[in-house]
Amino acid sequence: MAEYPQKTRPLSPHLGIYRWPVTMATSITHRITGVGLAGGTLLIAWWLTAVSSGPETYEFFSTTMATPLGQIVLYGFAWSLAYHFLNGIRHLCWDFGYGFALPTANATGITVIALSLLVTAGFFLAVHYGYAGYYQ
Amino acid sequence: MSFETPQHRVEGLGSAHSGVGHFKHQRVTAIVLIPLTLWFAVSALGLIGATEVSVLIFLSNPLNAVLLGSFVLISLYHLALGVQEVIVDYVPHEGFKLFLMFCNYGFAFLVAAACAIALLRITI
Repeated sequence: MAEYPQKTRPLSPHLGIYRWPVTMATSITHRITGVGLAGGTLLIAWWLTAVSSGPETYEFFSTTMATPLGQIVLYGFAWSLAYHFLNGIRHLCWDFGYGFALPTANATGITVIALSLLVTAGFFLAVHYGYAGYYQ
Repeated sequence: MSFETPQHRVEGLGSAHSGVGHFKHQRVTAIVLIPLTLWFAVSALGLIGATEVSVLIFLSNPLNAVLLGSFVLISLYHLALGVQEVIVDYVPHEGFKLFLMFCNYGFAFLVAAACAIALLRITI
């Protein structure tokens, strides 16, 4: 970037003074969950590598994931995926020109947040009431 | 007044020489990832608490192996495009931006290689 002489000029109100509208919160959360899911691919790579390397390495993977920290990471991954998936569909609707009206955008934003939490809670309940693990 | 040559204008690729390629690829991968993510969620939930043998049996089904490979590789391309957008938006310093671009695509390629090799070792 070229360097310009610094002059003290009046600044317009910046991000700090605005209250957070739903659309702004859902937008930045989409980015944060996206970058988080990028890191989450390491989990899948670790899982696949562990499976391909034999029972001991797989055992280490599954016991690590069963620890409280591992569970937080896994449910964080599940929520991030649910949120990014649902809000991604919202973005695709915008790309096709639907849902731009502010009340609509606010309503779909709140719906996406609520649904992502519901899906994650559903995952949690399915695991804890024995409805998961049907492929073993 | 435009300094563009007529051919350049017709190609519509702009100064980055890729036009809307990045935007389009991100959307196309997003659409493809919708059914793949649903499949992955159902599969991951089914493999909770699975032993190594049950994971091997699951992946010995070619359909599961192909779907998981597609999910991982398309996700990695989608995320490389997405993280690139984040870097371009937030990092003004050209050198640091270039460095992060290398890290971003290097990460995606390394994880893709690791997953592909692991899947091949499991299925072959």
